[in-house]
Amino acid sequence: MLGFIARRLGLMVLTMFCLTLVVFFLISLEPNLKKLAISQTETRATQEQLDSWLQRNGYRQNFFVRYGQWLGLVKKQPNIDATGKAVPRFQFCDEPAVATYSGVLQGDFGCSTKFRVPVANKLFPALGATGILMFWVMVTMVPISLLIGILAGMREGSRTDRTLSVLSIATTATPEYVSGVIFAVIFASWLGWLNGSAASATMQGISFYNFTLPVLTMAIYGIGYIARMTRASMVEVMTQQYIRTARLKGLSFGTVVVKHALRNALIAPFTVIMLQFPWLLTGVVIVETMFRYQGFGYTLVEAASNNDIDLLLGCSLVSVFVVLFTQLLSDIGYAYLNPRIRVQ
Amino acid sequence: MNLEFVGATQIVLGILARFWPVWLSLAIVLGASYFYRKKLGLYGQLFSTGVGIAGLAICFFWLFTAIFASRIATFDPLAQVAVLKNAMPGAIAPETSGGGVYLLGGDNLARDVFSRMVFGSQIVLIIAPAATLFALMVGITLGLPAGYYGGRIDALLSFLANLVLAFPVILLFYLLVTPAIVEMGIPRWMAGVFFLFPIVFFLTLFWTRFKNRPDRIWLYMGLTIVIGGWIYASLVFNADPFRILSLTPNQLNIFAAVVFASSPGVFRIVRGLTMDIKTRDYVAAAQTRGESPWYIMLWEILPNARGPLIVDACLRIGYTTILLGTLGYFGLGLAPESPDWGTAIKDASRLLRSFIHPALPPTIALMSFVLGLNLLADSLREQSMKD
Repeated sequence: MLGFIARRLGLMVLTMFCLTLVVFFLISLEPNLKKLAISQTETRATQEQLDSWLQRNGYRQNFFVRYGQWLGLVKKQPNIDATGKAVPRFQFCDEPAVATYSGVLQGDFGCSTKFRVPVANKLFPALGATGILMFWVMVTMVPISLLIGILAGMREGSRTDRTLSVLSIATTATPEYVSGVIFAVIFASWLGWLNGSAASATMQGISFYNFTLPVLTMAIYGIGYIARMTRASMVEVMTQQYIRTARLKGLSFGTVVVKHALRNALIAPFTVIMLQFPWLLTGVVIVETMFRYQGFGYTLVEAASNNDIDLLLGCSLVSVFVVLFTQLLSDIGYAYLNPRIRVQ
Repeated sequence: MNLEFVGATQIVLGILARFWPVWLSLAIVLGASYFYRKKLGLYGQLFSTGVGIAGLAICFFWLFTAIFASRIATFDPLAQVAVLKNAMPGAIAPETSGGGVYLLGGDNLARDVFSRMVFGSQIVLIIAPAATLFALMVGITLGLPAGYYGGRIDALLSFLANLVLAFPVILLFYLLVTPAIVEMGIPRWMAGVFFLFPIVFFLTLFWTRFKNRPDRIWLYMGLTIVIGGWIYASLVFNADPFRILSLTPNQLNIFAAVVFASSPGVFRIVRGLTMDIKTRDYVAAAQTRGESPWYIMLWEILPNARGPLIVDACLRIGYTTILLGTLGYFGLGLAPESPDWGTAIKDASRLLRSFIHPALPPTIALMSFVLGLNLLADSLREQSMKD
């Protein structure tokens, strides 16, 4: 087991390395660098000014040197100003004016050029905000979808099953940007019960009034999928011999479902729920943009549209970590929950 | 200037009447299929459940809408009639601009919401199924050897697939679908690689089967090279000698990005299925006969994996539609005035507080199409599990 985890962690580090290299390559393409230079200099800067800005801030160094600097394997060089004195690269990030190793390996995620703060100061609060959103989404989504799945799978082919199945298919067919619009129309515009924007949640704290719509919008898309998986797993369990034995023993249907079927039926949905996290990441981007909530998704969009190199790399590192870590957790948890599966 | 409106009944009747070519074709196709359902295999079996019929009807509805779009739409999707800016549904266009009714109202730029929704179906129904088809080809061509041979090939290909899957889709699109990337020619390069797969696939398919039948082999291989080459040239280099097929650089970019994002999923499914089917007796029999590995993969394993693959393709078209909508919603790739549903939803959702009507038609259209595909996939799965 330990060897398995160690191997998976090793693979994870390798994946992160490759992915950040790809991201680094894409954002270091000439047009993207120009976009960054334009956003950092005056709007009417000439081609020479842009070039000199890129040159001065070290964006013209060799690709691998810059990647090494970001990683922390190569020393980050300070800028040399007109008088030949060494000055920090970005004033607003408090970088030292001497050449140092300060990259991801040293725990320094670099400097966000868009928000003008160190990446860590922007990224981690944003992750916290998204964590709150994710928490409430999970709290709503998981019980509802498990309940729907179990009710539908209890008696396969019954009318309850048909109705709930079509209902869950309908929710998987409703992406966030569709359900968000529909909910905003119904609850914010027509009924006026809820706030169509979660912007106030960042400043004044979350409340039922401003946070229900984003949570609902994200939960709806996931509910159908988890419910379908739970249903399939429940249907399979209900055909097993031990269920028939329990019924023939004279136990009531309710007891059989709760005591015998439920535990075995919940193994498969556990994996599905864990694998939902990467999928929720995309949802987070849409929902946070739509409801103007300043979390991870919002940060990612801002970083991507301004080609904020260090912030974008930080974002991709975080999301790759989330994806791979939840995969690992789901594999370990699956083996733990189901003793018949043994990790080789 | 006061606008005149037609009543709600007239709007509903007007819309139903505009869709007449769709109703007619639906009646013919569904009627004929229902009549001959016993002879139509898996497709015919779909007619035995309500869910299957509903799914088919919805998918065919949008298919015919896309085909007859120019006949159904009342206005040009880009035409603006200034007085009808944000007009409510049923507004009558003034005589000076040619008359007619904005059946579902006008949007922020005074364009007809109804016509835009109808024309939007064209974009979605061309890109989504085509991209899924290419992703399927790439996934199959790489998944079969990975599952069949195992070992090094499998480890390498699986690592690459996981690499792409670990990328959050939205970040991938933010990096890939930008004008900057188009300038660099990366999409063309990517498309050049991806679009080779179908040609390679069909060449191998025919070669393994007919290599001892010189009368057939040259015909099939020649046809594949001619047709494949023509499609390849027109899609990748936009150099169609007949000027029938063409893709703008932006569309090519979206196309390549969507294929790139969804082929690892197909790869994983094909690989899993291959590993399962590999252990069957008929594969062992073929191996004993001395068939080549690629013959076994393409003519023994692949046909037996078709059930789950068809179901997956259906779901995947739906997922690709959602993905296209996401791209439109973030304003990536497609032209800002493009009538596709995602872009329309984005434009309308900005003004949701004041005007609701431009948002609803594209949302309902997208939802119903994806719902139809999912219902279809569900009943396909149910029918293929029966036997």
